[in-house]
Amino acid sequence: MKYSVKELSLLPISKQRWKHIWNGFLSDKLAVLSLVIFIFYCVVALAAPLIAPFDPYDPQFMDLENSEIAPYWISGDERFLLGTDAQGRDLLSTILYGTRLSLSIGLLAVIIQAGLGIFIGLTAGYAGGRLDNFFMRCADIQLSFSTMMIAIVFLAIFQTLFGSDYYQQLAMIMLILVIGLAEWPLFARTIRASVLAEKQKEYVDAARIMGIGPMRIMFKHILPNTMSPLLVIFTIQIANAIVAEAALSFLGLGMPVSEPSLGSLISIGFSYVFSGAWWICIIPSATLILLILVMNLLGDWLRDHLNPKIYKD
Amino acid sequence: MTLLDVRNLNVCFGLKSGVMQALYDVSFSLERGERVALVGESGAGKSILGFSIVNLISKPGFIESGSIKLDGKELTQLSHRQLRHVRGKRIAMIFQDPMMTLNPVISVGVQMVEAIRSHTTMSKKDAKKIAIDRLAQVQIPSPELRFDQFPHELSGGMRQRVIIAIAMILNPDIIIADEPTTALDVTIQAEILELLKHMCEVCNVALILITHDLGVVSRVAERTMVMYAGRIVEEGPTLEIINDPQHPYTQGLLSALPQMALPGQRLNQITGSMPSLMNRPSGCAFHPRCKYATEKCSVEQPGYIYSGISTVACYMVEDMLSEFSEYDEV
Amino acid sequence: MLIFLLRRLLQACVVMTVISIISFVIQDSLGDPVRQMVGQSVSPAEIEQIRQEQGFNDTKFEQYTRYAKNVLQGDFGTSYFYKEPALDVILKKLPATFELAFSAIIIIIMVSIPCGIFAAIRPKNILARFLMFSSTIGLSVPIFIVGIFLLYTFSIELQWTPSFGRGDTVLVFGIWETGFLTLDGLSHLILPSFSLAIALLPMFVRLIRSEMLEVLHSEYVKYAWAKGLSPARIYFVHAFKNTMLPIITIGGIQVGTLVAYTILTETIFQWPGMGSLFLDAVNRVDSPLISAYLIVVGAIFVISNTLVDLIYGYINPTVKLASHGL
Repeated sequence: MKYSVKELSLLPISKQRWKHIWNGFLSDKLAVLSLVIFIFYCVVALAAPLIAPFDPYDPQFMDLENSEIAPYWISGDERFLLGTDAQGRDLLSTILYGTRLSLSIGLLAVIIQAGLGIFIGLTAGYAGGRLDNFFMRCADIQLSFSTMMIAIVFLAIFQTLFGSDYYQQLAMIMLILVIGLAEWPLFARTIRASVLAEKQKEYVDAARIMGIGPMRIMFKHILPNTMSPLLVIFTIQIANAIVAEAALSFLGLGMPVSEPSLGSLISIGFSYVFSGAWWICIIPSATLILLILVMNLLGDWLRDHLNPKIYKD
Repeated sequence: MTLLDVRNLNVCFGLKSGVMQALYDVSFSLERGERVALVGESGAGKSILGFSIVNLISKPGFIESGSIKLDGKELTQLSHRQLRHVRGKRIAMIFQDPMMTLNPVISVGVQMVEAIRSHTTMSKKDAKKIAIDRLAQVQIPSPELRFDQFPHELSGGMRQRVIIAIAMILNPDIIIADEPTTALDVTIQAEILELLKHMCEVCNVALILITHDLGVVSRVAERTMVMYAGRIVEEGPTLEIINDPQHPYTQGLLSALPQMALPGQRLNQITGSMPSLMNRPSGCAFHPRCKYATEKCSVEQPGYIYSGISTVACYMVEDMLSEFSEYDEV
Repeated sequence: MLIFLLRRLLQACVVMTVISIISFVIQDSLGDPVRQMVGQSVSPAEIEQIRQEQGFNDTKFEQYTRYAKNVLQGDFGTSYFYKEPALDVILKKLPATFELAFSAIIIIIMVSIPCGIFAAIRPKNILARFLMFSSTIGLSVPIFIVGIFLLYTFSIELQWTPSFGRGDTVLVFGIWETGFLTLDGLSHLILPSFSLAIALLPMFVRLIRSEMLEVLHSEYVKYAWAKGLSPARIYFVHAFKNTMLPIITIGGIQVGTLVAYTILTETIFQWPGMGSLFLDAVNRVDSPLISAYLIVVGAIFVISNTLVDLIYGYINPTVKLASHGL
């Protein structure tokens, strides 16, 4: 079995240590900048309906006369700051809404991953034996097939089963479910490893002798000690989920053109790269790259400073 | 002519919080074929001293000042390339844990042959012959077979024999053995020590044995140096130091040996623990734990003085000696 | 060794059975094959007769065993679109995907190993810092954006390389169409293989660097220095050989990602390989082709995982193959 990756060491983090970490964070300019940008993305995503100049879902604003207008600094058209796409939608508004969609799909997918992963990890680690063996073997096989591959195959199957019209209505839920279900092994393995490490400690025995049930031991005693690796994986996995969503949408297996996420925007824009309307593709790409970059930087920072060893894959 | 001469060696570690000194004015010399033990608690700087002789101190550490002369040639001035031909060829090392020392993915034979071939122009075939010879010398049964095996196929004691064989492979002048038996089973420790001593005698190799185990010392070394907090505090012939230790720290170390306690009695121990190198006490570093400490001890570092038995750095010994000489005059 | 191969075979059987069941379900529940066969102008009674003859009214289990039997004989059904045996259609496209992936792997090996080792040996060097910084950025750029960017810069703006397709190919050994042997084929290969490689490079550079750093701090490397070995031998033999072990394991896991990424790359560069064939099949609801693709890809996974474990066992003497493996 491929348990090549190291066991992780875990320290319960005290309040004082959190304070220390926070101070360290404030002194790292790159990390602070990343966090500021990330918060900016979150605020913009939340407030998209309020700040977007147009509603991209409203067919009224799809005016083919306005299609493929270059950004303001080139065309001088004040109505559309970042230009328009091929259907005459304001690019700024679609990007704002797209970011909102991408972020929420990423977040929800990772919540599913984490829930499933934590549950399986705790069960496998605590129960041990055959159950543990079975889950970890599943995780191995699933990891060797790669998340992207599984997501592509399943979304393709669903799309063919449902027909693409019906599928488009379900796209968001399907994306969240598939990305959420495909990535549980990372969480599960990390949790399992820490449960195995914690299980041997005396306080768990003490708790058991005191008649505290296994569920309570796991959630009240063991889980809090695994917070720091979880935080790191959580950050990095949201970035990964957003990338996965974008890639799937790019392949036409994700969000439909009428309700575009960043990935589908790039996909739409790709067909216009050849005709010279580069902004439809490049601006959403840059938006996506910056978002992923700051999340990865934050994740890296957390990993370096909380220092949990995480299963690499 | 002395083989190895270390004078006023100061080794420091450059840390974020400032420079930390690990070795203070360490001086000693070594004759050809002599066996010296370097004794002290863990953290005293024994290993750092051993590694700094061939300039292998791990990263933030560096030699701040001092000289290390091998056959009159200054080692601290050598370039990396020149130093490389001292390491392994003239000064060989034996590490603490044989489980970690040999590369797990390279066969024993290759690890021996490469040691020969990186310092000589010998052919692979000749090198193999020598390697198998050496394996036989360190009493490894069926050396031809072992030659092609990987480290994980050998037991700990067997691996340490291989490492001794590698150390001996180019007939070096000095072997620095850093706690060579600590990681081994007690039953094998004696065998390995005996082997090490035997090999040194046969090949006329000088040995620096780094250890915290005084029991080991008396069996192997002719001379002993006791280190405390980065400084040599006592140095002299092993037997005499063991029979009549002068420095209070050496006395404490010896009385702490389990053999020294009577059955049913509590084991002796030196109260307190060794200071970390970060906050070294002023004056004599041992004074906070020393039952003979006077005010002078906390202010100034004592110099070395020959007590008639050993060379010691201690004011108490100094005072006693001057009292004696006063009596002599009277 | 024999035990290892047997275990592998058993595992392969389990994985392939699961995949074949999925494939069967797809084929079974997608469209009406009888309609596909006979067209529109046939009466319901006739269709019912054909259904009976073809065994479509048997139990699912019987249908599956028949399907599995056919698959084992290499019969994956006939593609609705190409009107050819599905396996033939896929195998015709296999060389294109294989050559793309192969070139990308070569590029990854040639670039990531020197870069990773350098960054580990000289961590404070400006170039190493630049490498690490750019790999952090590279890690954040999704593969399809890399592809689009390369396409836009080199094909559209600079017009140095062709923007789509495989170019001229040569038939070798009677079955394999290769683009390696023509200049045109190679020039078409450059952009796709580089974007595929660039997508995976940052991860490997970082991984090799961190593993190498860990190994360089180990006792046996310190001991190698004490033996007076040359730096080249220490870095490239003592340290690198140990660094390889986790890299191989993780490289094996990345085969799946590589296959997924070929689908993206092939879409961007209109590379006529299995990936774009699969996407087309999905859009055309060509179920025999979809299930044949799944089975072929499953076989590729099983084979490549076995290969990776064999290589691992070859480099790491402490692994007995019999006890290793999934």
